Amino acid sequence: MKESIKKKLKLKVSAISSGTVIDHIPSKNLFKVISILELDKTDNMITFGANLDSGKLGSKAIIKVSNQFFEDDDINRIALIAPHAKLNIIRDYEVVEKKVVEVPDAVVGIVKCFNPKCITNNERITTSFDVISKEPLDLKCKYCEKITHEDQMVIK
Amino acid sequence: MEKKDLISIMDYSKEEYLRIMELAADFEKTPNQKLLDGKVVASLFFEPSTRTRLSFETAINRMGGRIVGFTDAGSSSVTKGETLHDTIKMVSHYSDLVVMRHPLEGSARYAAEVSDVPIINAGDGANQHPTQTLLDMYSIIKTQKTLDNLNIFMVGDLKYGRTVHSLLMAMSQFENPIFNFIAPEELQMPKEYKMYLREKGIRYFEHKEFTDIISEADIVYMTRVQKERFSDPIEYEKVKNVYILKNEMLENTKPNMRILHPLPRVNEIHTDVDQNEKAYYFTQALNGVFTREAIIAHTLNLK
Repeated sequence: MKESIKKKLKLKVSAISSGTVIDHIPSKNLFKVISILELDKTDNMITFGANLDSGKLGSKAIIKVSNQFFEDDDINRIALIAPHAKLNIIRDYEVVEKKVVEVPDAVVGIVKCFNPKCITNNERITTSFDVISKEPLDLKCKYCEKITHEDQMVIK
Repeated sequence: MEKKDLISIMDYSKEEYLRIMELAADFEKTPNQKLLDGKVVASLFFEPSTRTRLSFETAINRMGGRIVGFTDAGSSSVTKGETLHDTIKMVSHYSDLVVMRHPLEGSARYAAEVSDVPIINAGDGANQHPTQTLLDMYSIIKTQKTLDNLNIFMVGDLKYGRTVHSLLMAMSQFENPIFNFIAPEELQMPKEYKMYLREKGIRYFEHKEFTDIISEADIVYMTRVQKERFSDPIEYEKVKNVYILKNEMLENTKPNMRILHPLPRVNEIHTDVDQNEKAYYFTQALNGVFTREAIIAHTLNLK
């Protein structure tokens, strides 16, 4: 591919002067990431792209949020649906820090308990899990004590 | 002081198990102890369970407490669509202690978060039934004089049977137990429990049917093999008579061996076993009252 075309492709999602770039999100989970990070409620400028070519993921999504930086605890909430996400912290058009997401030890909200007889699926209760295995992901419900495996996981 | 709920068998430490055993023995000696005088206990049975409810209510009465509550969801405000949250919030303002049974799993843990007074879980769906496990343990210590170094056989539905799972977890806290599992292919002990035993270095053996090895048992814990648990009805027909305990099978068993069953029994223990001194399941049910008195006293710091 010609350099000039590559450059154009890169610019599909415009650069930001200051803020956070979240890269390597699986395309299908882009809107879930937006919702988990509550980017649908922010006033900051956001640009995003989906179905971009990615060697690792096949198809990836990217989000650029201006003037917003995330605490590790907040950003780790997306680890369940974007385990390979990479963050670039941008200041003055320069990448000043790179971060990877890490599966947290506990997951509150976000995931539905797979057990239809769990109280959390029958009353308005925020789900809560202990992460008992990170790879593959196994979540133990604090309420019904059943284990939701990665392949059964449904994001709320 | 932090309130002491009993939701899951693992909420208690080994010391607390032993404390309950000690208190239960005390209540067995003197069942009528008016420790709940002037106290109101809510007995909330969102699904009927006659045995558990009567056992709890007998315990409360023997301790001189008053009971409010309902015996099934049909006679409660649940039929009007009230949430569990609101029912518990209201009742916890009326009473000093809540005993609850609910068909949904995790309901008791949730109730404990909502309630200002302690919750005792009398069964939340297929999840936990810790007072059953404590009465099983009391039956074991009474008949074996110890909870250490015991060879425990678990028979029947080991996949869905919550009583065997909880008993396994609780007895694993004691010295040197050995477990023998006897179950059909489809109803074997789930792998997470076997993994737990392996991690703790506890020995266990799996069998498809009763063999001579039963002669090594200290405790034989029987459970019901239910037809609806099988995906293939032919599979059920094949195994339904394999897990029936008959008197003749007890011939070479140890003199201290006792047979437990959480009841109700269907046909998994032949009635000819009932007369054998090793049949303990009816006394086991009676132990439930003393154990529940002990749990209530412990929960409310009355002793």
